[in-house]
Amino acid sequence: MRGETPPAERFAELCREHRLGYQQGPDGPRFPPVLGGGPWADSAGAGTVYATTTVRRRGEEPHDLSLIELDEGFRMMSRVEGAPPAKVRIGLRVGLAWTGDNPPLPVFRLAP
Amino acid sequence: MTGIAIAGAAESELGEVGGVRPADLMVQAARRALADAGLASAEVDGVFAATSQLPMAPLSLAEELDLRGVRYTDGTQIGGSSPLAHLDHARAAIGAGLCEVALVAYGSTQRSAGRGSIPAEVSDWEAPYRPMLPVAAYALAAARHMHEFGTSREELAEVAVAARAWAREPGNERAWSRGPLSVADVLASPLVCDPLSVRDCCLVTDGGGALVVVSAARARTLRQPPVHVLGVATAHSHRHISAMPDLVRTAAAQSGARAFAEAGLSPADVEAAELYDAFTITPILFLEDLGFCEKGEGGAFVAGGRIAPGGALPVNTNGGGLSYGHPGMYGLTLLVEAVRQVRAGRDVVLAHGNGGVLSSQCTALLGSEAALS
Repeated sequence: MRGETPPAERFAELCREHRLGYQQGPDGPRFPPVLGGGPWADSAGAGTVYATTTVRRRGEEPHDLSLIELDEGFRMMSRVEGAPPAKVRIGLRVGLAWTGDNPPLPVFRLAP
Repeated sequence: MTGIAIAGAAESELGEVGGVRPADLMVQAARRALADAGLASAEVDGVFAATSQLPMAPLSLAEELDLRGVRYTDGTQIGGSSPLAHLDHARAAIGAGLCEVALVAYGSTQRSAGRGSIPAEVSDWEAPYRPMLPVAAYALAAARHMHEFGTSREELAEVAVAARAWAREPGNERAWSRGPLSVADVLASPLVCDPLSVRDCCLVTDGGGALVVVSAARARTLRQPPVHVLGVATAHSHRHISAMPDLVRTAAAQSGARAFAEAGLSPADVEAAELYDAFTITPILFLEDLGFCEKGEGGAFVAGGRIAPGGALPVNTNGGGLSYGHPGMYGLTLLVEAVRQVRAGRDVVLAHGNGGVLSSQCTALLGSEAALS
């Protein structure tokens, strides 16, 4: 007998519908979600780059890695796509985008 | 709180020690620390150990040292700061009468065995973005510090340059990296995760260390002058970098404040500081959070050789994790160096450990007999 859907499973279900889920916990928005963390809500997907780095693995193209502060008040790790990593700067506005399909992965693009 | 002291301290073979297991280095250091204290292994009744390569490190330690009288066991694993947490817990255990002779030990063959020897813990919420951990986490914090306070890559580089200058000092012949290093060298080295370059990152070496911890009263009867634990405290704020409440404010603010309060001391009393330097950003954060300077002023604090030999505050006097050695986790190496500094005549030395991705923070103030009065 299983109770609440495990958070990773619930999050993936939402991603398949292109919905970025977070939890409304007793102390405010919560991410990543946890068991018993509170009711789920959908983020509108607008946010700001809180911190960013360019990851340089040997033999690979460098890629962005950022912490994004969503306007709802939670922070998540993600990456900013569609721009060279050097163009991604702390404080820039970003919007949610999706990549892949198993399940779709939430990423961000610089706001126009 | 019961007064405790470090009665014995030692390192194992360091650097690249081929053909040994992590437990070999841990046991070698433990035997040396017991000899340093003038105690037999049969007197050990408390064991404290954690290492990424041995999930049941206290059991390995007791088995290989043939310890039969263990009454108290602690395997607290909170990353590189763990040995400082063990010191904290040893004090509680000795104070509660749960053990009398505490052995804190560590060993790693991370250089010889490679990173594959460390079981990776992957966050479902971070892994899809392929963070290169741990360096990416510290790079994010460094980038945020640069953004908020105008800290420069040159100031980060000063930390590596000061560490190298210490490693080149007489007495630090065991340091892994002793060649000259300039700010320009650090800036010219390849970036790993911006803004951190190869020379902003600690070494990967093999090594082990151990401490023998007893009551202050018992320590006064042993071979070495006691190195008193004047204050020690542990705090933590998160496990994963994406959950760190504020990337430029660490839980060292809490561990440091508690350790200083217990010791009745302030940063002005500290004669040398051993600050966990997994990456050049970490000593800058800890100098701020421990109260050596205001928040945001860490970059300026380290500039101009102020933490190097001859500077205002000696920091990482062995060369640190950046130049002396970083055997997977640096906490025990750091404590051994703090002990060495007190034995060399400094009255108050601060040891600060960091674990995970700026996650766990442990501060210890160690002092001479004179520091007690």
